[in-house]
Parts: sequence; structure tokens; C-alpha cells
Amino acid sequence: MNLVDSIAPEGPPKPELYEKRKGVYPKAVDGNFRRLKWAIMVVTLGIYYITPWIRWDRGPYAPDQAVLVDLAGRRFYMFGIEIWPHEFYYVAGLLIMAGIGLFLVTSSFGRAWCGYACPQTVWTDLFQHVERWVDGDRNAQIRLEKEPWTAKKMAKRGTKWTIWLLIAMATGGAWIFYFADAPTLFGQLFAGEAPFVAYATIGVLTFTTFTLGGFMREQVCIYMCPWPRIQTAMMDEKSLTVTYKDWRGEPRSHGIKRAEENPGVFGDCIDCNQCVAVCPTGIDIREGPQIGCITCALCIDACDKVMDQVGRPRGLIDYATLEGAEIEQAGGTPPTLKRTVFRPRALLYFALWAGIGMAMLFAVGTRDRLTINAIQERNPTFVQLSDGDVRNSFDIKIRNMENRPRTMTLTLQGLPGGVMWAGSGSRDQALRAFDITVPADQLLSTRVFVAAPREGDPREDFGFSVTAPGGEEDETALEPARFTRPGAE
Amino acid sequence: MMAETENDNGKRVDEPTGTDFVGHEWDGIEELDTPLPRWWLIIFYATVIWGLGYTVFYPAWPLINSATQGVLGYSSRGALAEEMAAVEAQRAPLREAIANIAIEDLPTDQQLMQTAIQGGRSAFVVHCVQCHGSGAAGSEGYPNLNDDDWLWDGDMEAIEYTLIHGIRNPDHIETRISQMPAFGADGIFDDGQISDVVSYVRTLSGAEDESAASARGAELYTANCAICHGENGQGDRTQGAPNLRDSIWLYGADRASITDTVANSRYGVMPRWGHRLDPVTIRMLTAYVWSLGGGEAAPAAAETEEVAEVETDEPG
Repeated sequence: MNLVDSIAPEGPPKPELYEKRKGVYPKAVDGNFRRLKWAIMVVTLGIYYITPWIRWDRGPYAPDQAVLVDLAGRRFYMFGIEIWPHEFYYVAGLLIMAGIGLFLVTSSFGRAWCGYACPQTVWTDLFQHVERWVDGDRNAQIRLEKEPWTAKKMAKRGTKWTIWLLIAMATGGAWIFYFADAPTLFGQLFAGEAPFVAYATIGVLTFTTFTLGGFMREQVCIYMCPWPRIQTAMMDEKSLTVTYKDWRGEPRSHGIKRAEENPGVFGDCIDCNQCVAVCPTGIDIREGPQIGCITCALCIDACDKVMDQVGRPRGLIDYATLEGAEIEQAGGTPPTLKRTVFRPRALLYFALWAGIGMAMLFAVGTRDRLTINAIQERNPTFVQLSDGDVRNSFDIKIRNMENRPRTMTLTLQGLPGGVMWAGSGSRDQALRAFDITVPADQLLSTRVFVAAPREGDPREDFGFSVTAPGGEEDETALEPARFTRPGAE
Repeated sequence: MMAETENDNGKRVDEPTGTDFVGHEWDGIEELDTPLPRWWLIIFYATVIWGLGYTVFYPAWPLINSATQGVLGYSSRGALAEEMAAVEAQRAPLREAIANIAIEDLPTDQQLMQTAIQGGRSAFVVHCVQCHGSGAAGSEGYPNLNDDDWLWDGDMEAIEYTLIHGIRNPDHIETRISQMPAFGADGIFDDGQISDVVSYVRTLSGAEDESAASARGAELYTANCAICHGENGQGDRTQGAPNLRDSIWLYGADRASITDTVANSRYGVMPRWGHRLDPVTIRMLTAYVWSLGGGEAAPAAAETEEVAEVETDEPG
């Protein structure tokens, strides 16, 4: 710094390398979009907090929580659907649907996710309501910020931060209920008996919610979040976005009086700055589309109110597509919302999205609840028995994916003269078929020895079948296998 | 083209944001000299402090022959030792239970048996694969432990005894020992007699049809071999004499191999493990070998239960 100053002492001040965050004190606003934001906040927070408490009766052998990520048991329960680890591709399918859903929503509605549904937006909005409730609206907040640390300011800050902290704790607290039986864990939490990881998770999520929702706010959207940068690439000239119609607003009249005294000179914008005052990220939409705009449309609500007061038509700031804005500027009528939303690109995304969803539903509806795998022991592949027969061994895994124990029949298919017995038994118990009980919702892994006469094909195909008593009819799963004899190598 | 103006200093300024251009341009996009947020700087400094603190608390700075130790006294080797000790402590009750149960009752305790088999498999690949092969399938002269043929009995107790004392192990009095005479080398049989006996022995397992030679061999067998291998060639496990009627031949079933055996005898040696492995490891090895498919019930015929491994899912 000194070096630079000594070289160019007479120059203007250099731009700062680092910049303190400029406080954002969004003003309360009422309007259609504000009400939509309220509704979405209630719905999303409602889903988040209530879901783990919904019960779902799965019988005596499975948890009765509707949505449960059972990490220890490696199961994922979602209402009537139970996902095993090997079925994780359903989750991959959901992620693909989420991705295409993002294309669909963004290409039609722009950054609707950012403005309404993103947790950062929802919790920041909630925190700002608390702030207004404690400190007062925008002007009172600014005044309070400038005040020295008097007892009154400390009391207000203490109240605000305490409420934020309680909300933040409730946020982290709700998250862990998805991973354990909610009522049990709730009791354990307060009795101090919950697992350490539960408290640690609450601690981390409390800290992040408190910091990101209370203090970082729009900094998260502008500097930390990758979405806005990705989303720009998904939008085109037919995507809806919050637009200031500068051809209608400019030049600004700086007050309604000047506009009335000079008819025809000024545009509709009276430069009241209401759009800036209500913006939760503190930007000026009149400077055009920018990364700080989360398209929450509160500026539309604010501006519409002002337009009503000055007797100008609404929509100086409006949801519009680039194409629609150009048509309107040229004096035409922009396409209707319906035409904007139902365009080929959106329909194609919707078809893809719905297609994957239907395919997944079909797959879930028709999947097997009983599977068998047989892996041949290859070291050694076969064993010569003293009576001349040859023995192979197989590691058999039977998955009973029903919520009840089932006694199943394991049967040899083919392999004339062949018999089998469980790895724990002995050859005098050898049979063509035997019963095996698989506990509810479990994978049973067992070794099975198969013996057959030495004479025969060096590689003979046969199979294992397992039949379980089902609801209406018996359920059977088949697994091909191969019997190996000397001379096969 | 971007909207731009010039500031008092003659620098180009981006009009919408009022920020200087840096001067870098790529494909029509220019970089703006936007200041970083201050919190970023604070976090950067905090990270640097954290990093420096880390090097104080944990081993970090390389010196010529070693590195700084860190004030917490942490080392990855020490952490491993701690983890190993914790695992050992966790296993101690199971190991103790395996040591205390009567060996023939081990298969009736599902949990202990599973633990023993797993531990035995680990010990097997360290100590036994050199002779018996990684799958315990053996090779010529080294028994296949998967089959149902046992020279010295196949129940848990017998297998444990073999493991502890070895077979024909010269250092120990209690080792399993027997010696077949070298009928050719010791001059008991001449070459023709050996050939006759071989013919007879091969008829026992059905490898050869009866003939005049085998009839002559039968007489020689009754006089010289039946005392160990039994009247009918069924063998004798009390002295490790192989069953000659079955399909399993440790040294090969062809004429040349059997001729060599009769003429020069065989002397398979297995080391004793009693003084090299602890008793629990030997029990675990016993359980593993017993479970390979040839395990027999003790003469008292202890009933064994189903032993099936129940997992929640495949490993890995």
C-alpha cells in the first residue's frame, strides 16, 4: 500500500480489494407474490417438520415410520416402498428426475427454485420476519444498527438471536428424525440418551442455519451457491424472469409531482426505490438481470402498489420473458402465460420427467420381493469324494424382502443324480430339496454343497430355485448354476 | 459490446456495476475488478490460523531425520495400535468363550462357530496355504481338506490334535506317527510281487479288473498289508493307514504312483503348531478345516444344528 502510494501519490484512491457486507434491511411488503411465498414457506416447512412423525404400519418386523432412512439396517422406507441397498438405482432415478425437474422448472419459470423453495431462501425469509418482529421494519432496523450498544439494543439483539437460535436448533433437530424412530429419538434427546451423532448433527445444522440464515443471507446466493451460475445456462429467451420494463419506466421522474408537471417527458418510474427497499438480497432490479436476483418477485408486489397509487398500470416490474418483453416494447401483445409455459421445450422435459417417473413406478410395482443368488466356490471348483462322486459348493444368498419370516423350499433343478445339503450339515442329510427359514426383511447367506456322480458333462448346467409362500400364490425365484467335474479345466 | 465509460483516472469502467475492468478478455467476456467480500478474507485468515495451529498440535514439519511431534502426542501408528487394542478387547470375550467350550460343542454355538471359522480362515491363509493351498484343496502328497476322506479322523477333536502335535513331526513325542515299510527298498518284495500287489490294490477301488496277477497280489496283501490297511483295504484311522477302496489317492491312482508307494513307502510330515500358535487360533483353524465340507461328528455323535450366516446385506 505504502509502496503503491509512493509511486503514484497523486492518483485517486484505488478500489478496495475487500468489501464489507452492505446491510440489507428488506421492508415488509404485501401482494400476490408475498402471499405465494407465505404459502410455499408454510408448505415446505410443514413437509420438513411433519414428515418424520407420519406413521405407517408395516407389521411387527419393520419400523412403522412412513419416511425413514435406516442407515444401520441399510434400508430406506418411503410409505409403501422399501428400498434395499441393491435397489439404490431407484434413488439414482429420483435424482435424474430431480435434475430434469430442474431443467423443466428453470426453462419455464426461471429461478423459481431460488425465489421460493430453496431452504436458504425459506429460512432467511423466516429469520427476516423474526427480525422485523423484534426490531421493527426497515427504517427502525437501520436506526437500531447505527445506535451504540445500549441496554435496549442489547436486549433486542439478545431476543432476536435467541429466537434465531431456537429456530436453528429446531431445523437441525427435525433433520435427525428422518434417520431414527421420531418419537423414541425425541424422548432420548431430552433425556440425554440420544446417540452422539444426533447431538453433533443438531449442533452442526444449528450453527449453519444460524450463520447462513441470520448473517450470511444473500452472500450465500451470490458468492457460495453454484445454482445461479448453472441455472443461467438453462434459461433462454422464453424463460420467465423478473424484468424491469425500462422502455416504460425511463427516464425516471424522481417523484410523482415532477411527472405530473411535465407530461410526456418522463416514464412511469418515479424512482421511489420501493423495489430496492423490499428486496431480500438488496439489489436494484432496474439495473437489469443479475446474479443477486433470486426472482422472488417481492419488487413486483412493491412496484404494483406504487403504480396503483400514482394511477399507472401495473407491471412496470413484471414476470416476463425476454421475447415477450421485446414484443411488448415493440407495441405488441406478449404471449400469454399459458403459451409461455406450454412450449415444446417444456413439454419435452415434462415428457421425459414423467416417463422416468412412470417407468420407476412400474418397476417398483413389479419388482421381486424374493431373490436368490448362487456363487460357485472356485478354490477348489470341485472336490473328489471318497465314494467316487464329485462335490461342488455354492454360496447362496436369499433375500426375503417381505416384512415377515418365510420358510422357503430350496430345490435343485436338473443335474440328474445330484443331491445337496447345507454347509453345516453332512452328506447323510443330502436331498434334492430342503426347507430354509429366512428371517423377515433379511438376507440369508449360506453355503450349500452339491454332489453328483462323476460321470457326466464336465460343465453341466443346472439351477437352484427357491419357493416362498406368498400372499395369493407362491413366489419363486430361480438362479442358474453350473456343476463342474474333473476335466473341466 | 459492453456498456462502458471512463473514470477520472482514464480507466474503463463497466457502466451497470460501476466497477473497473481488469483488462482480461476472453471471447467477448471481460473480467471486472470486483472486490472480494470481507468475510471471505476473514475465513481465509481463520483457515491459515487453523492450519498453523494444526501443525503445532499434530506431527507436521519435516526435519532432517524425523518431523515435529506435535503437542498432542498423536501418531497414526499410535492411533492404529489403539484401534487394534480396542478390537482385541472387543474380541476378548469371544476368544475366551472359544477357549473354554468343549471343542466338540463348538459347532452347536452358532455365533462362536462363525467367529471361529472366520478367524480360522485368516490363520489358514497365513500358516497353511504353503502346503494345503489357498482353498485347502491340497496337491499331490498334501491332503485336500475339502473332501470327506480322513487319514487320522475328521471330527473336531481329532483335527485339533493333528494341528497341535503335527504328523510324523520329529520333535514331539505325542505327534501322530506311523511308518509303512518300503517293500521294495527294504527287500521284502521283489519287483514282480510289487507289481502283483499293485494290481490287487487297484482292483479294490475298481481301477483295474481282477486278473491272475491280482489274485497273486491278494495273497501277498493278506500276509503283508492287511494288518494296517484292513482285510478289505478299508484302512485304519488309528494309525493313519489310508482307505484303499475309495476314490481318493493322496499320491496318485496310476500304476506308477502306487508302485512307487509300495516300493519306497511314503512319509508325509506336517509340523506341529501347538508351540507356534495360541490355543484359540488352533481352535479357530480346527473349526475352519472342519467346516470345509468333510467335517465329521465326534464318535459320540453330537448333534449339530443348522449354522447359517444371517447378514443384513452382502459385504462391500
